[in-house]
Amino acid sequence: MRLIVNGIERELTSEPLEPLLHALREELGITSPKAGCQEGGCGGCTVLVDGEPRRACLLPLAAVDGASVTTAEGVGEPGRLSTVQAAFHEQYGIQCGFCTPGFVLATTALLERNPSPTRDEILADLGGHVCRCTGYVKIVAAVEAAARGDVSADALNAGGTGSSRGEPEVVVTGSPA
Amino acid sequence: MTDVLVPTSAEEAATAFGDGSGITVLAGGTLVVPAIKLGRLRPERTLFLGRAGLGGIESAQGTVKIGATTAIAELVDAAPEPLATFARHVADYEIRGQATIGGNLCAPGGGTTPTGDLQAPLLALGARVRSVGAGGERTDSIDDFLAAGPAGRLVVEIEVDPPKRAAATAVRRPHAHAYSVLGVAAAETANGVRVAVLGAGPRAVRAGSVEQALAGGAAAKDAAAKVLDDVEPQDDALASAWYRRQVLPGLVERALEELR
Repeated sequence: MRLIVNGIERELTSEPLEPLLHALREELGITSPKAGCQEGGCGGCTVLVDGEPRRACLLPLAAVDGASVTTAEGVGEPGRLSTVQAAFHEQYGIQCGFCTPGFVLATTALLERNPSPTRDEILADLGGHVCRCTGYVKIVAAVEAAARGDVSADALNAGGTGSSRGEPEVVVTGSPA
Repeated sequence: MTDVLVPTSAEEAATAFGDGSGITVLAGGTLVVPAIKLGRLRPERTLFLGRAGLGGIESAQGTVKIGATTAIAELVDAAPEPLATFARHVADYEIRGQATIGGNLCAPGGGTTPTGDLQAPLLALGARVRSVGAGGERTDSIDDFLAAGPAGRLVVEIEVDPPKRAAATAVRRPHAHAYSVLGVAAAETANGVRVAVLGAGPRAVRAGSVEQALAGGAAAKDAAAKVLDDVEPQDDALASAWYRRQVLPGLVERALEELR
């Protein structure tokens, strides 16, 4: 199986019926898609397949052969977050963080197809994502802020390390950087 | 390890399916993949339909033809009512983009939660199911197809004629998925009013007693009360059989009122 993951072409040796989720996590070491319920009901494993949000736990590798897959590692990176990631950071849309990659990718796709969603549209289209910290108020605020482009430069640069802070560069597995 | 067959045309899919023995059909994967991963299903051979070209919706001479692997999301805007409304409420945004109408039609009943929400509107519409398998291609009424079950048949296409009027009512339980506790689909077709119920038994069923009462001129409320003769409500994770019996006649009545 051949996949483009976060812009990098990857050859996978997992079985064709292996869910994409496990191939990403265990074969490629890309761990932002989370193995929650593993039955499609929690949203934690959501990734973008050719730009569309999909449950990686429900997709056999055979179904994504040749496709382009984007995980949270591929939409931004520490110090250079995407608008959606920065909004989740700035609006406290993250508590334990387990559901966050799924929410970030679903929100990224939502704003792509509907740049100014109403609150009801946000609730309907992100309805498949569960936050067991029940941080939904802040999550919806983050989606609304991202839609408005209301994120600060500090938030976009959040997570940056390296020489300016005297810390080693962080390498995120699976990111194109 | 299982063999995975990946046909690239409808003909190849039919040949690979044969009479269906030992074959597990996989399309959207939303039901089959977790069943395999969690060890509930151990396929000998798996037929993956995602590249067989069996998707898409087309309209010709008043009939809407829906390919078996058409994603449920595509039905939301393009299918006749009450199918579109039921499609809009299946699971969640991501699942609707992945799950297929053929998979929903063939979903096994009797699990911990109801599956196969689209069976009710397809029954109400009097859909026709084109399938291949032993003895070649054939077209069954939706009633016959559901009664016999999908074993040994590979669904290729579903045909529906848009009804004069349609109605959909349901009780849903919000979760990450919007599970349907009960659903009622009704349609005024060329052959009279058809009513189908979802969530009161292992699979969707026609409410024949309600239809007969209506044909005999009964008022909506009186016809709706007959629905309990047609169903065998179950206790499951979403609701008790008692609750379903209490709520269902009202849902049918609302659907019949909506149809007027």
